[in-house]
Amino acid sequence: MEHQIKRDTVAMNGDEAVAFAVKQCDVDVVAAYPITPQTIIVEKFSEYVANGEVQTQYVCTESEHSAMTACLAAAAAGARTFTASASAGLALMHEMLFVTSGSRVPVVMAVANRALSAPLNIHGDHSDAMAERDSGWIQIYVENAQEAYDSIIQAFKIAEDTTISIPLMVCLDGFTISHTLERVDILPDDLVKHYVGERGYPMVLTHEGKTVPFKLDPANPMTMGPNALQNYYFEFKRQQEEAMKHALKRIREINSEYAKISGRGYGNGLVDKYQLDDAEIAIVVLGSTAGTLKVIVDQLRQEGIKAGVLRIRSFRPFPVEDVIHALKDVKAVAVMDKSMSPGGLGAAVFSEVRNALYDSKQRPILVNYIFGLGGRDNSPRDLRKVYEDLLHIARTGQAEKAVNYLGLRE
Amino acid sequence: MKTMVEFRWHGRGGQGAWTASELLARTALDEGKYIQSFPEFGPERMGAPVTAFTRISSEPIRLHCAIYDPDVVVVLDNTLLKTVPVTAGLNREEDCIIINSSEEPAALKETLRVVKGKVWTVPATEIALKILGAPITNTALLGVVAKATNIVTLDGIQKTLKGRFRADLAEKNFAVVQEAYREAKVI
Repeated sequence: MEHQIKRDTVAMNGDEAVAFAVKQCDVDVVAAYPITPQTIIVEKFSEYVANGEVQTQYVCTESEHSAMTACLAAAAAGARTFTASASAGLALMHEMLFVTSGSRVPVVMAVANRALSAPLNIHGDHSDAMAERDSGWIQIYVENAQEAYDSIIQAFKIAEDTTISIPLMVCLDGFTISHTLERVDILPDDLVKHYVGERGYPMVLTHEGKTVPFKLDPANPMTMGPNALQNYYFEFKRQQEEAMKHALKRIREINSEYAKISGRGYGNGLVDKYQLDDAEIAIVVLGSTAGTLKVIVDQLRQEGIKAGVLRIRSFRPFPVEDVIHALKDVKAVAVMDKSMSPGGLGAAVFSEVRNALYDSKQRPILVNYIFGLGGRDNSPRDLRKVYEDLLHIARTGQAEKAVNYLGLRE
Repeated sequence: MKTMVEFRWHGRGGQGAWTASELLARTALDEGKYIQSFPEFGPERMGAPVTAFTRISSEPIRLHCAIYDPDVVVVLDNTLLKTVPVTAGLNREEDCIIINSSEEPAALKETLRVVKGKVWTVPATEIALKILGAPITNTALLGVVAKATNIVTLDGIQKTLKGRFRADLAEKNFAVVQEAYREAKVI
């Protein structure tokens, strides 16, 4: 492995790509607890620590709840901070995710998306991250190992931006990205270090009337995580929404800035549109499935079928305007969800897209396909069927069912 | 050659099917290709049938799913021929299946009812026992992959083995690769 790392192109799985990016970002503190399919990230990173390749304080905690608590504390003290988790581990962090975002500290976390028990399942779907939709974290979903690497580097720039200062999770599909060896082009260490730069801090006014950087510092005492009851809690929450608006803008800008140094960009940073300009049918999806769909779209286009893909990269903040614009001229759209909301009308991404389109005068017929739960693989043939269904819906002008299940025995 | 070539590997847990998939991918990457290598994501048990996949392409690989229509199937353990549908998805004349077996390719072609595509055989277990002193067949099969597909060079495989194994093991494994390359038969 060593001889390859010195070169610009390496073979890494998604987890290794994440660990390598974290190493290059000069992180001060990593506190983590291993869980499949994220384990390789912390294993690899702890090797870097043991080998003296990084100057990071590595904290092995006794649970994910403690891992997130340690990250919160480290980030509050001004440290650049990283952790990784998945599934039950992320669920155990649930309480502290809200404390971290509410405290406005920019922890970066990689989530190797995995199903939640029961029944017990270690494989990939989006149930874990979707359950944390409202935790106040930015959520970026990546398509492959290369994007996982690139997005971690961008993540520190976004989360630590002084107009944002909220935590961010980079979501990579468990196994499909985390454990698949792929070609990854890496940037030189010094370029990444220079690009990410030192962590900046928003300036805040202390009770002593001094304007100081927002971090715990004995020279400038301040309270973090105060009691804020009926009098102020609501205002705190409203400010998190404002930070998300800044994030919407900065994710775009950072995608363009990063493209200049790396030659790689992902759509406009928020959404990645593929063959949508004249599309009559389209699929909206998150994560690695978008890649397979792009290949299917190429085949359909050769057959004269005007199909497209809209990959949502930033799920929080949700790019409402981009989604409306991308889908306005499409006749029929399937939103594919790798999670469920039992008892709801479709799953999380579907609700979001449908909600965004409600006010548009011109909007497509929208259907939901729930797929791939518990890591069930969908062949290109299965996925092509969704486009075939959409063709039928576009021609007849009506959908039989709003919510459908792909590749399910019933 | 096609832009992308897809491989499916069949072995038993502990025989190194995924390692072979990975060694092939790393060699192809060194020779300038885009690659993917992954196991069938499932429980891993010693001795149970396992599947691994490799994609090699001259362009970035966008597919993120299992391989259903492989161009090449590699079977590390011929006891799987009766229990696993190893020929599934072989449906083009240019496809091939490479089997660890001391039988003639024609005999296996008939037994497996291969209608389309070539059948390669190599006595990988014998070669591995002779050179490595252990029935580890994955590197032998890698040698036949190089011969059957020309997708990687023997020099490239040698370089990958040197990067992966201790010097003496790399040398012995490369001797296995070379002998398998010479001995492989096709119909």
